[in-house]
Amino acid sequence: MNAAGYPLLSLLTFLPLVGAFIIMMVRGDDETIAANARWTALWTSLIVFALSLVLWFQFDTSIAGFQFQESRAWLPDFGIGYHLGVDGISVLFVLLSTLLTPICILASWESVQSRVREYMIAFLVLETMMIGMFVSLDFMLFYIFFEGVLIPMFLIIGVWGGARRVYAAYKFFLYTFAGSVLMLLAIIALWHSAGTTDIPELLTKRIASAWQPWIFFAFFASFAVKVPMWPVHTWLPDAHVEAPTAGSVILAGVLLKMGGYGFLRFSLPMLPEASAQFAPFIFALSVIAVIYTSLVALAQTDMKKLIAYSSVAHMGIVTIGIFTANVQGIEGALFQMLSHGVVSGALFLCVGVLYDREHTREIARYGGVAKIIPAYALVFMLFTMASVALPGTAGFPGEFLVIMGAFAVSPWVALGAATGMILGAAYMLLLYRRVAFGQITRESLRGLADLSPREHAIFAPLIVLTLWMGLYPSSFTQFFTASVAQIVTQHQAALGVARLAGIAP
Amino acid sequence: MNWTLALPEITLALCGLAILVGGVLPKRDTSFAVSIATLGALLLAAALVLVQKEGTAFGGQYIADSFSSFMKVLCLLGAAMGLVLSMDFFQKQGLSRFEFPVLLLFATVGMMVMISANDLMSLYMGLELLSLPLYVIAAIDRDNSRAAEAGLKYFVLGALASGLLLYGASLVYGFAGTTNFDRLADALSAQQGVSAGVVVGIVFIIAALSFKISAVPFHMWTPDVYEGAPTPVTAFFASAPKIAAVALLVRVLAGPFGETVAQWQQVIVLASLGSMVLGALAAIGQRNIKRLMAYSSIGHIGFALMGLAVGGESGLRGVLLYMAIYLFMNMGAFAVLISMRRDGQAVEGVDDLAGLGRTDPAMALAMAVFMFSMAGVPPLAGFFSKLYVLLPAIEKGFWVLALVGVLSSVVSAYYYLRIIKVMYFDPALPGFDARPVGLSVVLAGTGLFTTFFFLFPAPLLAAARHAVASILG
Repeated sequence: MNAAGYPLLSLLTFLPLVGAFIIMMVRGDDETIAANARWTALWTSLIVFALSLVLWFQFDTSIAGFQFQESRAWLPDFGIGYHLGVDGISVLFVLLSTLLTPICILASWESVQSRVREYMIAFLVLETMMIGMFVSLDFMLFYIFFEGVLIPMFLIIGVWGGARRVYAAYKFFLYTFAGSVLMLLAIIALWHSAGTTDIPELLTKRIASAWQPWIFFAFFASFAVKVPMWPVHTWLPDAHVEAPTAGSVILAGVLLKMGGYGFLRFSLPMLPEASAQFAPFIFALSVIAVIYTSLVALAQTDMKKLIAYSSVAHMGIVTIGIFTANVQGIEGALFQMLSHGVVSGALFLCVGVLYDREHTREIARYGGVAKIIPAYALVFMLFTMASVALPGTAGFPGEFLVIMGAFAVSPWVALGAATGMILGAAYMLLLYRRVAFGQITRESLRGLADLSPREHAIFAPLIVLTLWMGLYPSSFTQFFTASVAQIVTQHQAALGVARLAGIAP
Repeated sequence: MNWTLALPEITLALCGLAILVGGVLPKRDTSFAVSIATLGALLLAAALVLVQKEGTAFGGQYIADSFSSFMKVLCLLGAAMGLVLSMDFFQKQGLSRFEFPVLLLFATVGMMVMISANDLMSLYMGLELLSLPLYVIAAIDRDNSRAAEAGLKYFVLGALASGLLLYGASLVYGFAGTTNFDRLADALSAQQGVSAGVVVGIVFIIAALSFKISAVPFHMWTPDVYEGAPTPVTAFFASAPKIAAVALLVRVLAGPFGETVAQWQQVIVLASLGSMVLGALAAIGQRNIKRLMAYSSIGHIGFALMGLAVGGESGLRGVLLYMAIYLFMNMGAFAVLISMRRDGQAVEGVDDLAGLGRTDPAMALAMAVFMFSMAGVPPLAGFFSKLYVLLPAIEKGFWVLALVGVLSSVVSAYYYLRIIKVMYFDPALPGFDARPVGLSVVLAGTGLFTTFFFLFPAPLLAAARHAVASILG
């Protein structure tokens, strides 16, 4: 058994499915079903969140390895087991997923009116897949959850999305699927060579140097699409623009992190030589992503698309951080992923608030919003500042650490990342100025209602987190310090061995 | 002579004769009673298969082992499900004739003989006993020109395939001196090299069987026959006979020709590659859902052949598991196709499914599960079926096969997704007619299997391993 004394991670993973099952069983007229579905989904996700807080309080931050482990035989013939556990790298992502799900359900409370039951089921299934992915300690199990995410997300975008939803849903599915099947081949190859799919065991095995580049590329195909890295990022703006608000939040908040998590969990520790070899390549793509997508973001007229492009730029910083392979870089990347999860999620919610009222996301259709709905403008400003990494907000520590880490590797990479920060400030401030300040461009805007109590409830936890992460980052970094230190030491050691053998540069 | 070993086949054949008499004699329509009796006979045969002893009979012509039991149970299940799916459909189409269940039953006897064949002679007997009823069944809607065309096309090409098989068998006999599988195996392993005649014979036999499983390049009949034949007949064609033919291919290639693997491996690799690619690409443009399923089935056969091409214990196990899981997914999908009736008329366009997610959420959910599963998205059963063939392919270094396999599954995901898109994203058309109970049962059973296979994979895995062990000795 594990530290909690009961199968905590299995409960976290599969409890949402119980909620989905209950919703499926509800009978009655449409109104009853919708109301029941909303409340059941909310309560389920809140219970899951409350349960996940056990992780926050009971997680032993001094241990680098996996905790709360559970393992059971599943396909013993094939050496695949049901093995769950969290370490410092995954634990906060689990919390991020459990936090964002109730927020998303609340955010869809009124904006989703058709097929509410199916929507809530899809969201709860999605939660299961996300949590399962982060807690899996078996590669095949990980893959199942990783791919399983596609089904609910495809439906969420395709059924409840905007005008071009079908195109966006297809693009999302096929891009991700194409990347993942290549990873599947790599997983099978690893499995065959190591004889196991158990992640902790795989982490201790050394993979032959000749194989590393191939496996690295297969992983790269999958994770780079998910992150997304330039040039395979084009599915993201479409998916974000067409997805319903809550879909965008979960997409930016958690799904993108799967790519970064994959790089950090698998590529870097399992393939140290290939990672070192291809780090310049990753840096180049990331710097292009940071600068190019920031410039693209400057030119956007659609709020959601702008934030989507900013996500690509921010995730570019993350991939730089991961492949610096030093403590600052990796901690910065992890922190950046968490803060981006909170902040970009919140920004999409901010857009959603305006969209619910005016049914347009055109920046040009807004102006002077701050005079009409000041509370909203304040909230929006806070998250804008966090997105441009103002010190004291959640965005700052991550980007700062990554740039520090990158500087140690190459000042040019650090310069690229820093340029991205400057451009980021430009487009975010421009967005904020055009929406919130200036003249009230249209008379109809005067009728805008300020944040409702429900919306206050949605934003409150995100505001607290944004400030907390900015002002006292160490209450978050303490979770992953030990694990990151272990990754870095092992990486250096593996490279040292390879260097002695005359393989790596 | 130990003829009791063949008790399942004998019982089923006798039942067939009795049912035939029972169907002819009364003056009124007996199709319902005949269907129920046939269903009973199929289940009885399945029960007998499960308690069957192992051994050979009829002078080595007939073999019963756990491989034959595994495949026979699958075929009988497929036939039974096909029958259940057809009962209501034929009644509504005004096609309910008592001959259909009887023909289906005799075809099933043919499959069982094929699966248990241990000699080229009994192989041919079984194959013909299977094929002749199928030709008739394909054209059972005889007033429909498309069905008649389908039947004729199937017959002509099927006859050609039978000719190929006979020719191949005669070459093998001529050069190896025996038709018995065990002695063939001895003869081929004893020789220093295999004579060219045997190789040509093997290739002919493979070509004939490829025709039966509709592997590229012998797939041409499939889309036309699938489209022309009545939908339940298509459902039956796509399941039981295919499983039987794959079983035969596995037994022949892994058994008597197992020593000549170098000679035939390349043929199977090419057939597998071609089937996967064609199945993925050709289905994209299809508007008729039955044609689409035809190309999809070609793609799936390509995947199953990957396991055979790789061979060995794990490869063959992959084939068996693939066919077992495919049977359930496919039957479920066809159950949906058969319930596509609007105002008493069967409809077959992909677009006719529009808005099924609103008009019939349960069926749409089931169809979505089957489509995601066929595309190979975890955690559904279809993912595992692909996994079990990809695993040995990579183990043995068949990288091209594995890579083409996964990429073609990405391409085919496109058209599977289209069906889901039509069901869930498009504006709703008027709902379909009420679904008969039999269809709902099949739909629920196959849907639950496909969804929850990942929870209890062990029994099927164990059965498949046992079955493979028996043919590899």
